[in-house]
Amino acid sequence: MTSNIVEIDNLSFGYKGRLLHKNINMVFPRGKVVAIMGGSGSGKTTLLRLIGGQINPVSGQVRVGGKVVHEQNRDGIYELRRKMGMLFQHGALFTDLSVFDNVAFPMRELTDLPESMIRDLVLMKLNAVGLRGAHTLMPTELSGGMARRVALARAVALDPNIIMYDEPFAGLDPISMGVICDLIRSLNDALGATSIIVSHDVHETFLIADYVYFVANGEVAAEGTPHDLMQSTLPFVHQFVHGEKDGPVPFHYPAGSYQAELLKQSAP
Amino acid sequence: MFNSIFTTITRFLSNLGRRMIERMWRLGAGARLFFLTLVYSGESFRRFHLTLREVYFTGVMSLLIIIVSAFFVGMVLALQGYNTLQKYGSSEAIGVLVALSLVRELGPVVTALLFAGRAGTAITAEIGLMKATEQLSAMEMMAVNPIARVIAPRFWAGVIAMPILAALFSMVGVLGGYLVAVPLIGVDDGAFWSQMQANVDFRDDVVNGVIKSLAFGVVCTMIALFEGFDAPPTAEGVSHATTRTVVISSLSVLGLDFVLTSFMLVV
Repeated sequence: MTSNIVEIDNLSFGYKGRLLHKNINMVFPRGKVVAIMGGSGSGKTTLLRLIGGQINPVSGQVRVGGKVVHEQNRDGIYELRRKMGMLFQHGALFTDLSVFDNVAFPMRELTDLPESMIRDLVLMKLNAVGLRGAHTLMPTELSGGMARRVALARAVALDPNIIMYDEPFAGLDPISMGVICDLIRSLNDALGATSIIVSHDVHETFLIADYVYFVANGEVAAEGTPHDLMQSTLPFVHQFVHGEKDGPVPFHYPAGSYQAELLKQSAP
Repeated sequence: MFNSIFTTITRFLSNLGRRMIERMWRLGAGARLFFLTLVYSGESFRRFHLTLREVYFTGVMSLLIIIVSAFFVGMVLALQGYNTLQKYGSSEAIGVLVALSLVRELGPVVTALLFAGRAGTAITAEIGLMKATEQLSAMEMMAVNPIARVIAPRFWAGVIAMPILAALFSMVGVLGGYLVAVPLIGVDDGAFWSQMQANVDFRDDVVNGVIKSLAFGVVCTMIALFEGFDAPPTAEGVSHATTRTVVISSLSVLGLDFVLTSFMLVV
C-alpha cells in the first residue's frame, strides 16, 4: 500500500478552453497536514473539488486511496467521500437544523447507529471542539468561529481518513483562529487522518502544516516544509510569505498607458 | 447604411437564437431534474417523516392565505352569480353556480396561483440559499444525495398538499357563497343545497378538479424546485429565481388549465 493517500498526477483543469491548472503534481502522505497555498483565484478550492470528485479534470488523474476519482461511478465516488470530511469556508451548516442535528446528520444519513449511540458520539465530537454546551443552539445563534468549529465537528463525525479544509482561517478573530489552528492539528493526530488545508493565511498555516505547496499561474510554483519556504529566495514565495504588495504578482491589474487613459476625452 | 441594417438584423437573430438555446437548455435541465427526482424518490417514502415535514411547511403554512382567499372568492361568486341569475328568475341555482365554479376551475387554479406565490417562492428561496451557502455541496461531499434528501421530499410534499388545499379552498368557498346567498340575500336554504347536490357530478366535476390540482401540484412544485436548484449562488440570482418561479408557475398553471379543461370536456 502506497504511503500517499491522495496523489495528483499531471492534472490539468479548466473552464471553456482556459486552463486553470496545468500539469500539476502533488502527493499527500498519510497522517500529514499538507497545505495548498496561493493567491485568491489561483484554483486552490478547485483542487479540493477535484479531490472530492465534484468536478472532473481535463487531463491527468487524482487518486484517492489508489482509486482514480473521476473514473468512479456515482456509487464509487460516494464510497470515496465516506472516507472524507470537508470543512467549507463559511461552515455550510444546515440552517434549519440545530448544532446537535448538524453533527448528527452524517451519522443518521450514512449509518444505522441507534439514536442513543449517535447522541453520545455527537456530544463527544462537540466536546472535542469545545462546543458541547452549545448543542441546542441554531446556526444563526453562533459566531463565525463557533460555526466553523461545529462544521469541523460535523466534518470529523464519521472519523474520516482525509479531512479537507477550505480557507479555515478566513474572517476569524485571532482567538478563534488560534483555536481552529490547534484543532486541525490535534484532530489530525488523534484520528490518524490526513489533512489538506487550502489557505492564504501564511502564519497560521505554517504553524501546523508538515508540507506546503504554492500554486500560482496554474502550476506548483514552490513546495517544501514551512521552514524551507520561509527561507526561500524565489520571488513569488518571498512576496507571498512576507506579504509584499508588489513583485511577481503585480499590484496593478493589466492596463494600458496611465497617461493616455487620463488624457482620453471620452468616457471609458 | 446597408451594413448597419445587416448588423442590426444579424445581432437580432443571434440574440434570438441565444435566447432560444438558453430556454431549450433550461427546459432540458428541468426535465432532467424531474426525472432524477422520480428516480431518487424512494427515500421520500421510506423516511416519510422527511416528506411530512415539508407538507407542514408547504401545505399547513399556506392554509391561512388559502382559507381567507377562498372565503372571499366564494362570497364574490355568490354576489355576482345572484346578480346575473335573478334576471332569468333562477336565483335558486346560485348554489350550483358557486359549487361548480369552485370545484371545476377556481378551486384548483386559484389554489395553484396562491401556492406558487406562497409556498413556491419559499421553496425556491430556500433551495437557492442552500446552494449559495454551500449546504448542497456539503451534502454532496458527505455522500448524501441532495436530490434524494432535499428535492424529492419537497416535490412529493407539494404534490400531496395541492389537492388537499384545493379541496379546502372549494369547501370554504362554498361556505362563503352560502353565507352571502342564504342569510344575506335570502335565497332558500333547501334550494341552495339540494340544487348543488343534484347538479354537481362526482366523476365529471370533483374528480376532474382533483386531477387538475394534482397536475398543478407537480408543475408548481417542480418549477419552484428547479428554479432554486438552478439559481446562480448570489443574492441577485436567488431573487431573480424567486420572481421566475411566480411568473412561470402562474403562466404554466393557466395554460395547463386550458389544455386539461379541453381534454376533460372532450372525453
